[in-house]
Amino acid sequence: MSTPQETMAVGFDERGFLRRLSAFDWIWALVFLAATIYASVTFAPWMDRYEQGILYLSWATLVGVGWMWKPARIFSAALALVALFAVARYPDLAAAQSDFFLNYLLSSQAAIMWMCALFLAATPVYFAGLLLRSEFLNKLGTALTWLASGAGFLGLLVRWWESYLIAPEVGRIPVTNLYEVFVLFAFTTALIYLYYEHRYKTRAMGGFVGLIISASIGFLLWYHFAQGAHEIEPLIPALQSWWMKIHVPTNFVAYGAFAIAAMIGVAYVIQARNPQKWQERGLPSAEVMDDLMYKNIALGFAFFTIATILGALWAAEAWGGYWSWDPKETWSLITWLNYAAWLHLRFTKGWRGVPMAWWAIIGLFVVTFTFLGVNIFLSGLHSYGEL
Amino acid sequence: MASVSQEAGAVGRKRQTRSTSAILLNFLGSMNLAITLLVAICIASVIGTVVQQNQPYEDYLSKFGPFWFPIFDNLGLYDVYSAMWYLAMLAFLVVSVSVCLARQTPGMLREMGKFREHQQERSLRAFSNHREWRTTLSPDEVETVAARALKHNGMRMRRKDRGDAVLLAGMAGSSNRIGYILTHLAIVVICVGGLVDGNLMLKYREWTGDLTLETRNIPVSQIGDESRIPPGRGSFRGMVNIPEGAAARVVFLPLRDGYIVQELPFRIEVEEFRVEHWDTGEPSLFESDLIITGSGIDEPIHHTLRVNHPLIIDGYAIYQSSFGDGGSTLNLRGWSLLGDGAEPLNIEQKVSSREQIEFADGSLTLELTEFETFNTRRVPGTESREMEELGPSFEYRLRGTDGSAREFHNYMRPVDIDGRKFFLSGMRTTPQEPFRYLHLPADRNDRPDTFLFFHDALSSEQRLRDASERGARVAMREFGLDQEELVPQVAATGRELARQLLDEGLGSVMTELESRMAGQGEEETRQSLVMFSRLVLERTLWEAFTDARTAAGDDPERELGESDQVFFQDALSTIPALAEYGVPLFLELDSYNHRQATGLQIARAPGANIVYFGSALLVAGILLLFYVSHRRVWCWIRSDGGRTMLLVAGANQRDPLSFERKFGVLGEEFDKRLKAAESTTGRHGSGDA
Repeated sequence: MSTPQETMAVGFDERGFLRRLSAFDWIWALVFLAATIYASVTFAPWMDRYEQGILYLSWATLVGVGWMWKPARIFSAALALVALFAVARYPDLAAAQSDFFLNYLLSSQAAIMWMCALFLAATPVYFAGLLLRSEFLNKLGTALTWLASGAGFLGLLVRWWESYLIAPEVGRIPVTNLYEVFVLFAFTTALIYLYYEHRYKTRAMGGFVGLIISASIGFLLWYHFAQGAHEIEPLIPALQSWWMKIHVPTNFVAYGAFAIAAMIGVAYVIQARNPQKWQERGLPSAEVMDDLMYKNIALGFAFFTIATILGALWAAEAWGGYWSWDPKETWSLITWLNYAAWLHLRFTKGWRGVPMAWWAIIGLFVVTFTFLGVNIFLSGLHSYGEL
Repeated sequence: MASVSQEAGAVGRKRQTRSTSAILLNFLGSMNLAITLLVAICIASVIGTVVQQNQPYEDYLSKFGPFWFPIFDNLGLYDVYSAMWYLAMLAFLVVSVSVCLARQTPGMLREMGKFREHQQERSLRAFSNHREWRTTLSPDEVETVAARALKHNGMRMRRKDRGDAVLLAGMAGSSNRIGYILTHLAIVVICVGGLVDGNLMLKYREWTGDLTLETRNIPVSQIGDESRIPPGRGSFRGMVNIPEGAAARVVFLPLRDGYIVQELPFRIEVEEFRVEHWDTGEPSLFESDLIITGSGIDEPIHHTLRVNHPLIIDGYAIYQSSFGDGGSTLNLRGWSLLGDGAEPLNIEQKVSSREQIEFADGSLTLELTEFETFNTRRVPGTESREMEELGPSFEYRLRGTDGSAREFHNYMRPVDIDGRKFFLSGMRTTPQEPFRYLHLPADRNDRPDTFLFFHDALSSEQRLRDASERGARVAMREFGLDQEELVPQVAATGRELARQLLDEGLGSVMTELESRMAGQGEEETRQSLVMFSRLVLERTLWEAFTDARTAAGDDPERELGESDQVFFQDALSTIPALAEYGVPLFLELDSYNHRQATGLQIARAPGANIVYFGSALLVAGILLLFYVSHRRVWCWIRSDGGRTMLLVAGANQRDPLSFERKFGVLGEEFDKRLKAAESTTGRHGSGDA
């Protein structure tokens, strides 16, 4: 076993993962642990043992993510502080109008509107950065995306609080209707993108991923203004379950990753038409994009599998059977089989290149139908988020 | 399923010499078949989401028509997921996966233990990822450094003495292969579990004639043994609706256009059912108080069953699934629309029952289908988007002697629309279309009486004659005409116009008047004739209205206000629409005795735990497959003219790109370790060869 002194001399860090963590890593994790324990004790009357379990699981997940992806520590800490500040100024719903901070920044509606504006701004900035080869614009794009994700996340956290302000029995995690999950989709996709941006040290994909996020923002705004979907409505009995807290977010990590894979597919197809020109402009090489596409589909597939299984477990409890061939379930199966086929061809037949990129793009249409089309066109047990 | 590509080629060449079963096995385990099946199942699954599954067969018949209905039926499109061809595809997939698994697993397990120590210096140099050093360290020292580096990177290793050289073969992440085995095993396990819980056994017993599908809607006691399954160990999933105060010891298993009765080893009695609502009208909670008794149960179990909280007794899971009407009694008033002045009929009937109504116009069958006490919704037949609580409503079907039926949906209480109150009555001729709502204006007492009496007065020959004669006199007096002998003629005009108004509306009456007067005398005379005719019509209608008010108990001498005028106008615009009502009977809900029923789903799913186990395998397998990368690194160490040469090569088939990066880092690590070792021994001068 090498000592740290030895490490200094060699210039090589032989310590294990945990020993390489900084003091800040530990303090950050412990502060969140303290907050988690505080929440678990304070809100104990409101939570059953499963919800307690989910609370601690969320903490563990957060710590895992933060230790592996350092920017997540700052993000989560800032988000927590702002959310606490918002809640402290929010004794009743009227405060959303009367309080300056809530009215313009922190109430769920204000925050979600900020998220929309920032995401819509980030996309052209990223593209400008790519085409003008401007490092400044690229960094600005990243900064806007971080802020937008924070605003969206904050919007849902505050909305959670707002639902309890309406009436304690109405209170619930805000991932229960189409409006809320669109917000979830937007910032989850952005955060996964930011992770890979960090890992692969390229900002060239920002605009492409921004396109899909902007599309979802467009829908969100239409849904808000034309349909008044932002109102918080109470839940029907079938949805009043702790399964909601894990089933939906897991699904949206998958949807986000699939969406990113498809947008990288778009970049791949564009680049394949004139590789030289595009690579000069700063798009990553075909191999890197292919790898990114694979990483996202793999991540999406893993989470989609878990989400579908969680859904089956919940269905067994709420509907009396783990599988009912409900249209949503069937389309999940179709989505799953589709990506399973994609992965098989890549793993065993070694398929790469443009066909796989197109397939990833088509995959997103399948995902979109599963996510949205089923609710619009087909009826079934999942018809909660009808338009 | 995964056959590594080089191996696939080798298998292909050997095919000639193999037996038929080997060829078949080869086909079943081939990647092409697996991919084809995956895509085919995807496409087939779409059908079942486009065609709504397991609906009543009449719905399919009316949707697809008599030509396509039996074709789709034979293809099993109304229950795709248990159609033979669909199950056959799933079975093929399971077989394909199993064959792959059986063929690949032994090789993979062997591979996990192999360190590939047979590599030569030349073959290592052929790897795209390799790096070489020459160092002043002794071979032993280099070996120590290399072993340490491999260990630090989580590698297991084997040392092999190769004469003048030493080979260290390292390997990590071999559990990746376990991932392959687990994922594919999981698919088989999940499908087997699903098969255990599916209704294949039921279909088989029906096919062999052991069971007969019951398609009639009859009491359980009358259902024969050929359609019953006694309590057993098998799996099933069925539904039963139990009214409050009643009990059941069976559930119904739906199959195609009928059902099978599954008997339970216990009896479920429903003491009480409760439902609460949010302001939006959605239910906020529903629950049933159950008492469960049975031979294997010592004490009766008292349990309150809620959504998302099933009750499990001896492997039987009982779920709160839905709720509905359990046979409420409705007291109805049947208003004749024939204009015969008949007293309203008093009808007392239970929901979900049918009864004959003897009626002036003949006999009708009344089928009460639904009854709801809460209806928070947008006001039907208006543009309003506001949700309102509209109170109790009921649905019924009126069937004539010729078998044709119309469906109706009536609200008990009048609904406020723009400050006026109306009774809503929806009508449709087929279940596919939406209800079209008639707005019957409510009178001062919030009753439909005045309107219905008004309609009655206008529809009755005798009473319309009376009203028209009185109306004619009033109109003539107002116009300054005083010729009693003209009254019958004027009254006849009034009646004619009134009938036309009722049938076609006011616009048509005015056009008719204009055209009738055309070419008669001067412009001025024409104008006054039109005005007079109109006055006669208005007075006739007003007289009929006054009769209706009187009949409804209003004081005929009462000073009338604006609201009465509005009522009068609303009534006139509604009456023509009544011509399309189709059945001369309007049912008004007077009072009701509510009795609810709880909808329970009861299932036995012995395969569930198999499926859950398979799911756990699947998740574990996918994580190993994606996030543990199987990689190999070899270190070739030999003396080379007073120095020591170190050749490091590595490979990772699955993820070459990230391995390239990782190998770069590993190279740097070797570099630093070698330099560090040299500095401790005091001999410098190593470097890349």
